[in-house]
Amino acid sequence: MLTAAQVAETYFLESRHQLLEIAAHFDRYDAAVAREAAGNGRSAGRDEDGRMSRLREALAILAAPRAERERTVALLELFARE
Amino acid sequence: MQIIQPHYHAIARTAQDYERMAMSGVVAVAEPAFWAGFDRLYPETFIDYFRQISEFEPTRAAQYGIRHFCWVAVNPKEAENPTLTREVLASFPEFFAKPTVLGVGETGLHKATRNECESLEAHVELAMRHGQLVLIHTPHLADKAHGTKRVLEVLAGMNVDPARIWIDHVEEQTIKPCLDAGYWVGFTLYPITKCSPKRAVDMLEKYGIDRILVNSSADWGPSDPFTLQECILEYRRRGHSLQEAIEVFHNNPCRFLGQNPKFDIRPIRVESLAPEPVPA
Repeated sequence: MLTAAQVAETYFLESRHQLLEIAAHFDRYDAAVAREAAGNGRSAGRDEDGRMSRLREALAILAAPRAERERTVALLELFARE
Repeated sequence: MQIIQPHYHAIARTAQDYERMAMSGVVAVAEPAFWAGFDRLYPETFIDYFRQISEFEPTRAAQYGIRHFCWVAVNPKEAENPTLTREVLASFPEFFAKPTVLGVGETGLHKATRNECESLEAHVELAMRHGQLVLIHTPHLADKAHGTKRVLEVLAGMNVDPARIWIDHVEEQTIKPCLDAGYWVGFTLYPITKCSPKRAVDMLEKYGIDRILVNSSADWGPSDPFTLQECILEYRRRGHSLQEAIEVFHNNPCRFLGQNPKFDIRPIRVESLAPEPVPA
């Protein structure tokens, strides 16, 4: 099995890439909200089924320095929530 | 759809790439001179490499109906040997005369050392003196922002025509100053370490399509020439028209590379034909 240092190094670039994709997703969403607001004059960006909110919750779970249980389990439960 | 792959390291790839690219609509590739994975010691090694990409590689691409063009340069990673750089630079005019050489590239910066900056300046100066196009590599990952700033500072101190210079591998934090200074910019799509197809489309939507080139690079490292086609698919999925896609992925390369008359592929426009009379 890998050491902690090896895990940190081996998967760093891949996680960096995935985080940039998530950042771009949020920027893309904000840009679409702004376009819609400019187009129809009202605040758009209704996240009616809460997908963006759940992503933010997921990021908060990941950002916590310590986890009481596996983060993957916490996220799978979060995304399974109605 | 017809596609031009403006930054592609063909000698590092198999013929299967050419075959699949041809089947997906790629009509031309342009191959900048690249790092070999180790620092070369002899000018003759570069000269043979330039012969390979300017003489042999076009014949390999032609078997698949793809036009192959190239550039010559000493890679920034090898700029720490100024004597070697000078000796290789002296060979460039011979290659500028060849029918598929478009200019000087990819020069640029890796760690932005003094030797690298001097090499970049020497490359650009030689290119401008010979009326050549320039392709500039910007550093990877953590060195990206600082290295791009240094590239712009070096260029700002020279007498250059920004319209003939392409600054490659820009990302969200470096695109604006390059465009604002009048240069062409390139998005390089890598599976992990550079821009992604989705992020490239985000930037096209934010900055517009003028003076932007999209490429896959595709070398001997983890890379994939078909990230370019992924990007086209993403662009089209977001509702951009076929003609808009052609403007980005075919016509923009024609506009930049076509400043060198050797690149003779012209921008194209799709047209619907008038309905044909139905036979009685």
